[in-house]
Amino acid sequence: MKSIDLRTITLLGGLAVIVALVFIWQGNAYGLRMLVEASCLAIVALGLNIQWGYAGLFNAGVMGFIAIAAFGTMLISYPLNPVFWQSEGPGLLGRMGLIIIIGGAITLLLSRSNRYGVPKKLRTVLTIIAAATTYLMAESALAPAAAIIEQNSGFVGGFGLPVWLGWLVGGLFAAVLAWFIGRITLGLRSDYLAIATLGIAEIVRAFLKNADWLTRGTLTVSPLPSPVPTATEIGFIAARSAYLCVTAAMIVVIFVLLQRGWASPWGRMMRAIRDNELAAEAVGKDVNRRRLEMFVLGNFIVGIGGAALVTFGGIFDPSGFSPINHTFLVLIMVVLGGSGNNLGAIFGALLVYIIWTMSEPAALFLFQHGANLIQQLFDIAPPADLPTRALQMRVFVIGLTIILVLRFAPKGLLPEKVTKYE
Amino acid sequence: MEQVGFLSAMPINEIVFFINKVVVAGLIIGSVYALGAVGLTLVWGILRFANFAHGDLMTLGAFIAFVLTMVMPGLGAAVGLPTAFVVMPIAMAITALITIGLDKAFYQPLRKTNPKPITLVIASFGVMLMLQGLIRLIWGTAPRNMYVTPKEIYRIPFAGKDIIITEPQLLLIVVTVVAIVALHLFLTRSRTGKAMRAMSDNADLARISGISTDKVVRTTWIIAGSLAAAAGTLLAMDVSLKPDLSFNILIPIVAAMIVGGIGQPYGAISGGLLVGFTETVAVFNWSILLRPLKPHLPDWIELPASIAFVPTEYKIVVPFVILVAVLIWRPNGIFKGKVL
Repeated sequence: MKSIDLRTITLLGGLAVIVALVFIWQGNAYGLRMLVEASCLAIVALGLNIQWGYAGLFNAGVMGFIAIAAFGTMLISYPLNPVFWQSEGPGLLGRMGLIIIIGGAITLLLSRSNRYGVPKKLRTVLTIIAAATTYLMAESALAPAAAIIEQNSGFVGGFGLPVWLGWLVGGLFAAVLAWFIGRITLGLRSDYLAIATLGIAEIVRAFLKNADWLTRGTLTVSPLPSPVPTATEIGFIAARSAYLCVTAAMIVVIFVLLQRGWASPWGRMMRAIRDNELAAEAVGKDVNRRRLEMFVLGNFIVGIGGAALVTFGGIFDPSGFSPINHTFLVLIMVVLGGSGNNLGAIFGALLVYIIWTMSEPAALFLFQHGANLIQQLFDIAPPADLPTRALQMRVFVIGLTIILVLRFAPKGLLPEKVTKYE
Repeated sequence: MEQVGFLSAMPINEIVFFINKVVVAGLIIGSVYALGAVGLTLVWGILRFANFAHGDLMTLGAFIAFVLTMVMPGLGAAVGLPTAFVVMPIAMAITALITIGLDKAFYQPLRKTNPKPITLVIASFGVMLMLQGLIRLIWGTAPRNMYVTPKEIYRIPFAGKDIIITEPQLLLIVVTVVAIVALHLFLTRSRTGKAMRAMSDNADLARISGISTDKVVRTTWIIAGSLAAAAGTLLAMDVSLKPDLSFNILIPIVAAMIVGGIGQPYGAISGGLLVGFTETVAVFNWSILLRPLKPHLPDWIELPASIAFVPTEYKIVVPFVILVAVLIWRPNGIFKGKVL
């Protein structure tokens, strides 16, 4: 076993002191809530660390993967909606599914038709026509179905299955989405992945926000079922402690598995691909396939963490997902904590989340007093929306931190430990 | 109105509606994308990274123009143009200066360490967040109007109907054309322009043949910053000035850049127009064009009330689909970009 060095002990000790201070200032219930949220984000950060720290893949759309995972959880674990199942909704949706399956099969066949002697240009034209027709037919089948569902039963509802299954399915949703993105962009320049993930995140959000028949859109879905007894049953502190136990156990399991993975030949291969792609390719590693593996695995974990986070909040609100809270905050956690170091990612998640939540009252306090001072000195009234503006200051600080870390501490506070094999 | 021959057989109402909703609108949004994509593609061609802060540079430029407009609202009336347009060159210059400052403060020190391209991309995310935070901190989040006087609306009579185009839209088209011509002349005739092309082709070769890298980088940022400010101002004049432009405009612009081939200014222009037109065509309700056919159709065919390829709320999907399609089938773009 490697011995834990002084730097790690100091930093973790400092973190423990900060957490203790928050508990003393803000009370146990608040502190526990913060810790639970931070632990969920730590799982997300572990997932991102696989991608950025270990594979060097920059995912700029964490928010999208969190959102789709949250949707998966909601769909699986939310109680059944009997009105929907007794209405004609399922039949209409089934019809749309059938159109997609048949149309998709025809399109796929046509796209392969050059093997049976159809000229290539004709094949392309036929494929496009088939795909467009399928799309338009499915779209026109969906519109009335969605209208009827929204009118009669509100929305589709869930399947009423256990929450842990919902988290797994949420993770799978994120992983499948990641597979498609990765297939397209991982063979290309690294910047393309950033653009594609950024785009898909916005699309997922737009979809969840507008597909009222599936997600209730801006009306939001609540309360989401919780894996542990809720606050109304056993009180805030007990409920949050129980939830914290669940997420902490998940972190431990994921952390141990990842550490074992990195120590194995598989982990060594991944580091080789990250550090010298050409050399890895020269010794026969399939670089793109391995990267896809990492990207999908990373997003699976991101999805699980995101699902746990949203379940804890108890409300599925598609407009609540924002790039600042769910993408860049996580990015900072990984970069600041130390990319390529799982302990660093967890450390970063806790530290950054505490600073982030504490900075809200701090920013408001500073701005209010600054505004009062200016008003007394120069007699200028502060703008009415000062609180919302003050919170924007935090966005600025996140951006500045990203740049400062990149420049002055590119390895983060807890840098990756390079193991030497001699 | 009496109409004879060919025209009387045409469904004029529908055609004019189509021109207003698709041709004009596509041209407008396409021009904005083109102006943005040119700057982005030049930066990528010279510095080899995607500058994600570009969308917020556009917003910043627009807000600077807004402040200048508020400072001297009467300026426009003296010239006979909207004030925001008259002060636009000043806003462009200020934005260009800010862009150079951003490069000096954030990108240049990182470039010195010879990082992976993705590091600069992450830095540009940092700059993006800083700009976003600052803009909302200073100006709040409410949408604003760039006009001190009402907008002028031109109606071009077309076969008894009017094609409607507003003053800012006309200005936008004029500015885009002027910018394209000027950029073309600059890149092909001037010494600096040639140096830029040389550096985009092969940076090392350019450096050892005595081209000043710093100067080229500076010029690139000036062009990118000022075009971004122009695009942002004109877009804000056409609709309204909002601080949350960034992602919504960034994805189409990046799509335009990649469609046109990275590092290719002309490609970026055509890519911008292509993305703009595809967007408007995709959200257009084709049912309206089919309506005149209705009397001629047999009864069993019922025209749906709305045949749009993409519902308006999913507009952002369109540039993304274009982007993905190009990445799958022609990763070099239609004009064969160099950097990949």
